Amino acid sequence: MSWLAKLEKIDRRWIFLGVALVVSAPLLLGLHSKVDITPPVKNTYEAIDRLPPGSVIMVSIDYDASTMPENQPMLLAVLRHAFQKNLKIILMGHWPLGLPVGTLGLDQVAREMHKTYGTDYVNLGFRPGTAAVMVNLGTEIRNVFPSDYRRVLLDSIPMMRGVHNYNDIRLLVGIEAGDTYEFWIIYVQARFGLKMAMGTTAVMAPTAYKYLQSGQLVGLIGGLKGAAEYESLIAHPGIGLAGMPAQSAGHLLIILFIILGNIGYFLSRRKKA
Amino acid sequence: MTLLGTWIAAFLTLAIFSFLYKDNPVYKFAEHLYVGVSAGYMVIYVWATDVRPLLLDPFVQTHLQTRSWAISFSQHASLFIPATLGVVMLLRTFPKISWVSRWPISFLVGIGAGLAITADVQGYLFPQVQATLVPLWVGGSVLTTFNNILLFVGVVGTLAYFYFSREHKGFLGGLSRIGVLFIMVAFGASFGYTVMARISLLIGRIHFLFADWLHVVH
Repeated sequence: MSWLAKLEKIDRRWIFLGVALVVSAPLLLGLHSKVDITPPVKNTYEAIDRLPPGSVIMVSIDYDASTMPENQPMLLAVLRHAFQKNLKIILMGHWPLGLPVGTLGLDQVAREMHKTYGTDYVNLGFRPGTAAVMVNLGTEIRNVFPSDYRRVLLDSIPMMRGVHNYNDIRLLVGIEAGDTYEFWIIYVQARFGLKMAMGTTAVMAPTAYKYLQSGQLVGLIGGLKGAAEYESLIAHPGIGLAGMPAQSAGHLLIILFIILGNIGYFLSRRKKA
Repeated sequence: MTLLGTWIAAFLTLAIFSFLYKDNPVYKFAEHLYVGVSAGYMVIYVWATDVRPLLLDPFVQTHLQTRSWAISFSQHASLFIPATLGVVMLLRTFPKISWVSRWPISFLVGIGAGLAITADVQGYLFPQVQATLVPLWVGGSVLTTFNNILLFVGVVGTLAYFYFSREHKGFLGGLSRIGVLFIMVAFGASFGYTVMARISLLIGRIHFLFADWLHVVH
């Protein structure tokens, strides 16, 4: 049997094994790599960095455990940066299964940075009705969330005094794994003029770029690479930066497979002709 | 407790990965567990954060304050509207009276359409068209000029490809072929990003196994 015939009949489990080994090795060896900072991530960083201390930002958790490896590092990086700048954070979300994941991240970073619930950050929780929730928040947050996720009335939370609608929020950062970010743009950015930046999974990043180009988004963090860039900007390495050598190795292997597949295809076509 | 959780998560991760070798009962168990836990968790979460505090608690709290269900019901009469619509929605499961469920559905469709039509025009169509109207010559910046021309050719070519009222021959054919090239580049970018996303997810799980479970990396 020629090598070409063998290649055509290769058991795909060898490919899975190859990918697993190539991704595992850099993690086990603790390899590090530098990342170049791209303008969309830098713009997100600067949008947060430029805000005066005490400004309120809203973070929307629109993902769940299935995309946690991509979205969680960007959430942690953004929260660390915001707390470092002494910004006040309102966390909420449109994915009921994702909010506990976001809450874990918020509590972790708040503990690390000695921030106090109710003074430095608030967790509103989840309400169903995505678009209706977004539009109503523009009138009065208390119409949608009379209390926080622990059922404490918003009026009794010090941080929420004087925070009523989007006019009192300086920036929205959406951590996204679905089309909820488009709802934020068309229902909130266009109608209320709220500045927003998005952290999306890599799958969604190409479609989100058009909003960046139109100026509807001030910044974009795309996938684990985007998270690694943000970690690099705040000088706090996390799983994003740790994963970059494995990411590059995985990509090289996939490129090799694509080249081999194409060579095989053209050779077999020539043979048939 | 954290240790137990880590071991359960590690077992379930390996159970799901075992499908890559071949379908097996351990994988099936993990898959069914995931679906069941997700559905159960969602029901409890929506009940605890929405149905109880927003629909039931107002009645109960007013009753506790006034000792009168009549006052409680009259004070929160407006809550009967969403409650009734919600219950009626569940009638879809009874074939003979399932038609009643169309009322809340029509209500939802009406709200959805009303919100979406204005929002799509205001937040999607106009800003995207506006972002395409760029000068084709920017003095002093060759790169911006090149980018703007590329954007213009890409948009016009892609629109030409999706214009089906005339046969794609001659000028229209050439333009639509240019459009195909741009569409292919977009597909390629999407595919590349998808590969990146899937590798990232694998990194996340492998990092969990090595760092949190086996403690061989930090």
